Parts: sequence; C-alpha cells; structure tokens
Amino acid sequence: MTNFLPIDFLLTAGCAWLVIGLLGLVAPRNTQLISKMLFPLGALVGVGVGLVALDALGGPAQTAVLAIGLPDLPFHLRLDNLSAVFALLLGFVAAGISIYAAGYFRKGEGTAPGLMCLQYHFFLASMLMVLLADDAYAFMVAWESMALSSFFLVTTDHKHEEIRRAGYLYLLIAHIGAIGILLCFGVMTGGMGGGGGDYSFAGMRAQDLSPFWASAAFLLALAGFGAKAGLVPLHVWLPEAHPAAPSPVSAMMSGVMLKTAIYGLLRVSFDLLHSTLWWWGVVALVIGLATALFGVLYSTVQNDMKRLLAYSSIENIGLITVGIGLTLVFHAYRMEGLAALAMTAVLYHGLAHAGFKSLLFLCTGSVLHATRERSLGKLGGLIHRMPWVAWLALAGVIASAGLPPLSGFVSEWLLLQSFLFSPGLPHPWLNMVVPVAAALVVLVAALAGFAMVKFYGIIFLGQMREPALKDAHDAGPWEKAGLAWLALITLLLGVLPSTVILRIDAATRQLLGTGLADKLNENGWWMLAPISAERASYEPLIVLVTIAAMLLLVRWLVRHLYHGRVRRTTAWDCGYHFEGPRAQDTAEGFSQPIRRIFEPMFRMERHFPTARDVKPYYSVKVEDHFWHWCYLPVARAAGWVSTLIVTLQGGRIAVYLMYSFITLLLLLLVARP
Amino acid sequence: MSASIPFSAQLINLFAAVILLLAFAMLAQRRLPQLINLFALQGGALCLATLVAAVTTGQVHLYYSAGLTLALKVLLLPWILHRLVRQLKVKGEVEALINIPTTMLVGIVLVMVAFNVALPISELSHTITRGTLGIALAVVMLAFLMMITRQKAITQVVGFLSMENGLFLAATSATYGMPMVVELGIALDVLVGVIILGVFFFQIRDQFDSLDIRHMEKLKDN
Amino acid sequence: MISVSGFLGQLFAIALALVLAPLLSGWVGQCRAWFQSRSAPPLLLPYFMLQKLFNKDVVLAHNASSLFRAAPFLIFGCMVLACAIVPTLSTDLPFAPAADALALVGVFGLARIFISLAGMDVGTSFGTLGGRREMLVGFLAEPALLMVFFTLAMIAQSTSLATIVETLAHRDLVIYPSLAFAGIAFTFVSLAENARVPVDNPATHLELTMIHEAMILEYSGRHLALIEWAASLKLYAYSCLGLALFFPWGIAPGDNFLALVAAIPLLLLKLAIGGAFLAGIETVNAKMRIFRAPEFLGTAFMLAVLGLLVRLLLESRV
Repeated sequence: MTNFLPIDFLLTAGCAWLVIGLLGLVAPRNTQLISKMLFPLGALVGVGVGLVALDALGGPAQTAVLAIGLPDLPFHLRLDNLSAVFALLLGFVAAGISIYAAGYFRKGEGTAPGLMCLQYHFFLASMLMVLLADDAYAFMVAWESMALSSFFLVTTDHKHEEIRRAGYLYLLIAHIGAIGILLCFGVMTGGMGGGGGDYSFAGMRAQDLSPFWASAAFLLALAGFGAKAGLVPLHVWLPEAHPAAPSPVSAMMSGVMLKTAIYGLLRVSFDLLHSTLWWWGVVALVIGLATALFGVLYSTVQNDMKRLLAYSSIENIGLITVGIGLTLVFHAYRMEGLAALAMTAVLYHGLAHAGFKSLLFLCTGSVLHATRERSLGKLGGLIHRMPWVAWLALAGVIASAGLPPLSGFVSEWLLLQSFLFSPGLPHPWLNMVVPVAAALVVLVAALAGFAMVKFYGIIFLGQMREPALKDAHDAGPWEKAGLAWLALITLLLGVLPSTVILRIDAATRQLLGTGLADKLNENGWWMLAPISAERASYEPLIVLVTIAAMLLLVRWLVRHLYHGRVRRTTAWDCGYHFEGPRAQDTAEGFSQPIRRIFEPMFRMERHFPTARDVKPYYSVKVEDHFWHWCYLPVARAAGWVSTLIVTLQGGRIAVYLMYSFITLLLLLLVARP
Repeated sequence: MSASIPFSAQLINLFAAVILLLAFAMLAQRRLPQLINLFALQGGALCLATLVAAVTTGQVHLYYSAGLTLALKVLLLPWILHRLVRQLKVKGEVEALINIPTTMLVGIVLVMVAFNVALPISELSHTITRGTLGIALAVVMLAFLMMITRQKAITQVVGFLSMENGLFLAATSATYGMPMVVELGIALDVLVGVIILGVFFFQIRDQFDSLDIRHMEKLKDN
Repeated sequence: MISVSGFLGQLFAIALALVLAPLLSGWVGQCRAWFQSRSAPPLLLPYFMLQKLFNKDVVLAHNASSLFRAAPFLIFGCMVLACAIVPTLSTDLPFAPAADALALVGVFGLARIFISLAGMDVGTSFGTLGGRREMLVGFLAEPALLMVFFTLAMIAQSTSLATIVETLAHRDLVIYPSLAFAGIAFTFVSLAENARVPVDNPATHLELTMIHEAMILEYSGRHLALIEWAASLKLYAYSCLGLALFFPWGIAPGDNFLALVAAIPLLLLKLAIGGAFLAGIETVNAKMRIFRAPEFLGTAFMLAVLGLLVRLLLESRV
C-alpha cells in the first residue's frame, strides 16, 4: 500500500457506513445511542465522501478490483469524474440528511431505530457502490441492494395498508426497471454478435455496436433508468412511495436516489455507447418535456404536502432529461460546445435539485412532527410557531421555483442558454421544434413557481386552519442544523456557479471531450458567462448583494427620514364578522385555475353542492390518467391471463410432472442445432 | 448579415409576416364584423406586398393585380360580406367547434409544418422573396383550419377567401405573379363564388332559420 | 474595466428611475382621465401619495408575520435591480452583466413570489385569492415574455440586454418582421404584468375583479408606499424595456457624455408617448373576465412563438 487513493477512501467510507448500520443492531431500541451517536457519525462520513469526491474531480480515473463476489467474477470499481460528481452530491446531501435524521427518529415509531439505522446506512453504502461499480455485475448487485434497502425504508410504517401497497408498487416498478437495465447491459456486452461478451464496463466501451443494437441499448437504458428516475409513464410509484416513507428517507430518495438513475443514464449514453444518433436526443427531449409538464401540473393540484413535492421531483427529473436529450442532439451533430453547456446544465440541476428538494422534504418532516398533519387543508400559519423551518423552507421554495439568486435558477439559466443557441442545427425541423420546447421548459418553470407558492403559502402563511396547530413547536437543534446545511448548499450553488462549474467541468470534459472551463476562466469567479460576456452573463452574487443592500438601505432610510411606528390591529374583514381561518383559500381552491385551464390533463371527480343539499359539501379528487390508460389495463390483462392459467392447476402432482415432461420433450424436439 | 437582402424584399417579407399575423388574428377573433375587417386588412397587406413587388421588378401586370386586389378584396368583398351579415341578421359571435386556445395551438403546429414543407420548394425558386412561400403555405393552412373549426357559413366563406389570399401571396413571392389571364379568372371566380354563396346563405337561412352549418348534416340520405 | 463614468451613469440611471417612475404612473393616470373626459388628477399625485404614506403609521394585522414586513423591502429591491439592468439612457451599464434578459425575468419572478406570499400571509380570503391570481397571470406571462426575449436574442446573438439594444439601435436599416410579432406580444405581456386594464384594473377595489389590489389590501403606511413605488418602478422598467427594444433610437452607445445628455429628453418624450398609448389602450378596452386572461396571454405566447418561427424562416438564412 503505497498511497491511499480517493477510491480507497470511498471504499472505506462505504464500509464505515455498513459498520455504523450494523452497530445499530447492537442495541436496536436504544434511541439515544443511535440517533445521537450513529447518525452524526454517518453524517461525518458523508462529509468525508463529499470532500474526497471534490478532491478527486479533475484527477485521473482510478480503478480497483475487489475479490468479493462469485469465483472468477470479482467486482471492478472505478472512480472517474462522472462518478465523482455524483459521489459529491451523495456525500454532502447525505451529511445534511443524516444530521437531520439524528433529531428526527423518535421512540416507538414503526421499525425499531436500530433496524432503521441499518437500512439507512446500507442504502447509503449501496448508492455509493452504484456510483463506483465498473462492471455490470457489481452495478446490478449494488443497484438491487439500493432498491431493496430503500423498499424497507419506505415501508417503515408497515402497519398501514396503503404504505405496504406503496412499497409493493415501488418494488414492482424498480424491478421492471432493473430488467431493462439488465437487458441493456446484455446488449452492450456484445453477446449478440456471438462470442461471450465482456461484462465489465471497459469491455462495453470497447464494443462497436451497430446502430440498431446501440439504439436498442439506449432505449432499454432510458426505460430502465427512467423507471427509477420517475419518467412518465413509469412514474407512478414516486407519488406513492415518497409520502409513505419517513421524511429523511423521502429526502434521500428524491434528492439522491433519483440522481443515481440519472447517473446511470449518463454513464450508458455518453460513456459506454459511442455512436450517438440524433433521434435518441429527440426521444429523451420529448419524454423529458412530457414528464416535466405532467409532474408540475400534478404537483400544483396536490393536497398532500409530500405528494406535492414528489410530483415536483418528477418535474425536475423531466427537466434533467430534457437537458440530456439536448446534449444528445448536440453531441450527435458534433456541436460539442453546446453539448457541454447542456451537459453542465444537467449536472448542475442534479446538484441543485438534490439540495433544495432534500431541504423541502425535511421541512415537511418537521411540520409533520410538529403537527402530525400532512394534508395542506389542515395546516397554515406555521411561520409563527416554526420560524426557523419556515425561513429555511423559503430558500428551498425559491430555488425550487427556479428564481434567482438561488441554485435552481442557475441550472435553468444554463439549460435555456443551450436552447437559445441551438439554431444552426443541420435539421430544419429540429431548428423549429427546439425553441418551442424551450417555451415549454419556461412554462414548466413558471408553473413550478405556482406550485411552490401554494406549498409555502398554505403551510406556513395565513391563519392556522386547525386549533391544534397552536401547539406546534419549532424543529430541534439537530433538525435545524440539517436544514441549515442543505440551505447553505442551495445558497452556495446559487451564488457561486462559476466556482462549482469549474469543479464539475471535469465530468463534462470526460464525457464530451470539451467543457466550459476555458470560457469561465476568462471572467471573474463571480460571473457566469459560458459563451462570452457579451452574449450571456449572470452574476448571482451581485443580484443577491444588490437586493440585500437595497433592503437594508431602504429600511434604514425610511426609519431615519420618517419613523418606524407600527400598530397592530385585526385584519380588515370587509364588514363581515365571521371571517375565520375557514374563509381562507383552501389547497383545492388555490389550484382551481390550473384545474380549469388544463382540464383535459386531469382525471377529476368533482362533487358540487346544490341549493337543496341537506349537508352541502364540495369535493374534488384528481387522479392520474396513466393509471387508467396504462396500468389498470395491464393489471386486468394480467388477471385475465392468470384465470386462464388457473385451469392448468389441477392439484395432482402427476399432472404437473406430465407438464414438465411434455415441455422437456417438446424442447428436445424443437431445439436442435 | 441581414443587410444583404435588398430593402424591397425586406418590405415584402414584412407584409407577408403581417398577412400571417392577420391570419392568426382571424383564427382568434370571436366577432363576425371584426373578422371581416381583419380580412379586409389582410387584403390590404397583400395589395401592398404586390405593389412593392411591382415597383421592384417593374412588371406591369403586377400593378394590375395589386389594383385588382385592392378593389376586390379590400373594398368590394368586405362590403358584400358586411351587407350579408346585416341582411341576414347573423348574431355577431363566431361559434367555434374547438375552443380558441386549442385552435391556436394547432395553428402553431401547422405553421411549423408549412415552413418546413415549403423549405425544399423555395429552394427551387429564384426570386429574392422565396422565404415568403412558407408563410403563404401557412396562411392557406390556417384558413383551412378556420374553415374546419367554425360553425357559421359566413366564417367559412371568409376562410375560403383568406385561403385565396395565401395562394395569391405564394404566386407573387415565388414567381412574381401568375399570368394576367389566370389572375383575372381567379378574381372573377372568387367574386362569382361569393355572390353564389350569398344566395345560398339566404336559402340556408330560409330552410333552417339559422346559418349554423351543423344543420346541413340533416341533408344527408338516411 | 468598470469605468468611473460608467458607474456614475449607472447611479444616475437608477436615480432617474426612482424619480421618474411615480411621474410615469401619474402621467398615465392623467391621460386616462383626459381620454375618459374626466377632470384629471394632478401629475404629481403619486409623489403626494408616497409622502403621505411614508408619514403614516404602519397598521399591521395581528397575524402578520416577519415575511409580511420584509416583503415590501425585498420587492422594492428587486424592482430597483430591474431598473438598473434595463438600458434606459445608455448601454454602458456596469450592472448589465449581472443579469441578462433571462435573469431579468427571474428577478421579476422573485418579486412576484414575494408579493403573492405576502398576500397570503395575513390569511384573509382576498389575500389568498389575489396571490393565486397573480401567480396565474405570472405563469402565463413568463413564457410569453421569454419567447419575446428569445426572438430578440436570436437577432442579436446574445441575451445580454445591453448587447441586444446596441445591435438593434446601431444597425443598418433592416426590417425584422419578427419584431412586429414580438412587439405585440410584449405589449400584451406588459399589460398583464403591470396589472393594467384588460387583465386587471389598478383603479378599482371591486372585489371580484382585482388581482394586484387584493394582494396588498392589508398593507399600510411605509409598506404600502414601497409597494406602490415598486409597482410604478415595474411599469417604468417595462416601458423602458419596450422602448429600448422596439424603439431603440437615441440610446447612448457608450460612456459618451453628450449622447447621454441628449438621451434624456428623448427618453422623456418616448415615455410620454408610451404612457399616453398605455392610457389609450386602457380606455378603449374593458377589463376581461379572469378566465379570459389565459386566452389573452396564450395569444401573446403564440405571437411570440410565431415571431420566433418567422425569424427562423425569413431571416436566418440571409
């Protein structure tokens, strides 16, 4: 052992997470030990992972071979720049979530804390392994461990019927996706052309696939990783599983696990496959746009705060996929400069989303703990009781709405810039369709603002809709620390885009051969000008400082020149004395314009009160079209096929043996060389 | 870079764009009298485009066709249509079969199709304004769309006339106008067509007490 | 690289915006009254209003939170930043690189989020209603506005406002048909964004129709003053943006002091005409139902997209 490479450190970190998890089993019911010792330790390891990944960025790829696994099938591991970017994301976000989790898990909630600790750290370690895996075998093992551990985490409260159902759905779709990935690897090993393929990624890179098989591999990867990431129509597990899981787990799944799917997609389409075809990009672009629009529209009409965020995650994954599609199109036409721009937008949005979405999910966790209420219709006015959570959530909300000066805006800005400079594509149709796609991206971003105002305004602002909310309390110190950490990430990603991009540029350079670093270095660190300062520039720090300075200056001036007197009184009630908290807009009411304008997009069941009702009530239930279009028919068909198969089932062993015998006979007859 | 095309061609492009804009405005317009006015404006823009082409190329017959457009499409036909609306006492609102935003969305898609379809054709043309061919095609398609999505017979006539505007623009931009005989023939056709349709309107109304074309469905054999 | 004169010019532009913005609002109000054959309020009315409001006590609802109190300052800050970015007198603005056209839309969006949240804060029925409607108008107007900027950015090959204006102002006489589409779309969007007549009516407190007024119903004193001032700054920013993009003549190219001085009366003239035009639009149109607003802004969006397509068809290959 000459020197301790970053990859060795990451492996040690993975092992450390496993050990921490196992330590949880020593005293599974000792909440004090687990939450105040083990989770903070896990967070520390997370920070370590992030720092090491940051250090490894820009360096040469490092490989390692682990002797574990099957005989003659060792695990190949590799830490390159792409892995490092995602490991960075994993480490830093996991640190925040772990600190928060130290204050979150309490006695007597569902699974024993020790078991929970094991599952959680196993989940972290398997995600790290996914990023490091350098052969199909190790990747699939890590991928499946990730799916399983997260399944157990989702079903923490397994006593509830609907949570078990959500967990089942999640596992089902995770496996459909896994089949897609497995087949994709199968195609890429080159087994098609005869001769046993090499299952390691290095072998796949060396393969020269025909366009047909390369396309098949890409589409399988898109379907397989899309199922994990939540692309339509394989998104249905996401809005079920995220609300079911405890908040730190939702945060981890939404913030980090979805990104591993993005990592996989990038790995396959840019690293393992070489001959990019332009229509791959169009497919990804269209699916991404559909996902983004679908996600954001549904997120605006949700009444459960965690479901709202889950749909918003679908939207963000959609935007990332749009970026991947754009990168593929540019890459296929050898416009590498623009491809680098779009790729940077993809990576940046991955980082940004990991930060702000984890932050928002953790905030819902605090609200949930303080009020035991998930439904927006029963919340309100929590900024008075939980100022810390409210103000930190505001950072997440602004970033999620894609507004300056926080992180969400930077990636959206980069994405739009790459759209904007797309003319010049040698394909007239693409030339015209791409700007319209940009318009849809903007619509999605603006709708995300609507959803976020609804989320924040209904939970934290207004009057308390239920009397019980008066007893709500602010988050504890651990939780506050976790939230503040993630808010800090969101802020830093927002105001220091150039610095961050210069670090993650190594990954872009690795995948595309060119990056943005040269252009960025021409200007100062405070300025983001990916092409040139005359063409487009953005200085978030100046924006932030100006607004903050104006705020303080104007406040000082007004107080100095005039006065600072304040009187408190009741709000104006329009002369109508019965205006209580119930007169506020409900969560349903807030989204009414969306339901009305985009009516065909929703499947709604509404009940309107009439003048003659004894007990008038209004209700609206919005359902996912995809259930009725895709899933229920499939389920019905499966049921129908099963009833046919039932007739084969006689119960007598002799008959079963005969089936086997006949099958064997037929095979021997048919399958001849 | 754009300075390389001559000013007159730029002017023609501008008028072509205005014609397209008006075609869209007609698609979005709910009121019948305004619709007819928009049609008259479209005729005006067409007339100006033809006039510019005439001045540039010095072809005499283009002056004639500009004059013809002015007389027929800006003055005579709108006047006839307005009179028809008054005499038939049609309600001012245009009823659309599909709601207007959706129609506009379809319209945008049609424009994209038209522009792309026209690209290879316009490569064949040698005139400086061949870019407007795509616009002309788009106007034709939008007029078609209007005829499909509207219920009143009069709007269908306006759609028909607007389509003719598109064709005329195509002719002017691609080949600097058709031979005079063809042009005169078309003009007469359109005029006679509108007059005959006007007569039909009265018949339709007498029969059904309405100008809603859905009533025509009753005419089929059962 | 940041010259002193440029910096002074920037400060001057901001100061001018702060002073001129209420004047513009007053002028529009005056024109509106004239067109409607009413006797007009004094031109300086908005200044008197601001003075009065700053002197008054702030009356807060019991339920108002810290966000409610911070929001007016934040919104004001956003609008000042916006005015600093928009080229009004010259294109030599040290602030211009801070935010290009896309970021400008973002800054407006930030202000919108804060005002909507502030509207929801007290928890009366009107506030939430206003917040929801504001966001409705916002998510429809933003794509249209960005499409307008996209068209312009394609002409100038840049999203930086200064570069766009410079390209448009100092060019050979070239007609861009796409600009006609973009211009109309921009007018639509500006009307909606500034709570002007076809979408909202700034002069009414009629309960069922208002958007902007509904949100700020609970504000008083200096908070209200700042919000009103920010609203007029927004109108000023949009007007200057429209003038700079579609009538860019007369904007000084660099730190040429004489050109800068010459630009001031021209700007005043253009603003006066623009304000009268706005008042004219408000006079001949009636306010539409709130659910016609999507149609109105949808049209703006279509026009902007059409402009983009026309740009690609007619102007890209030449």
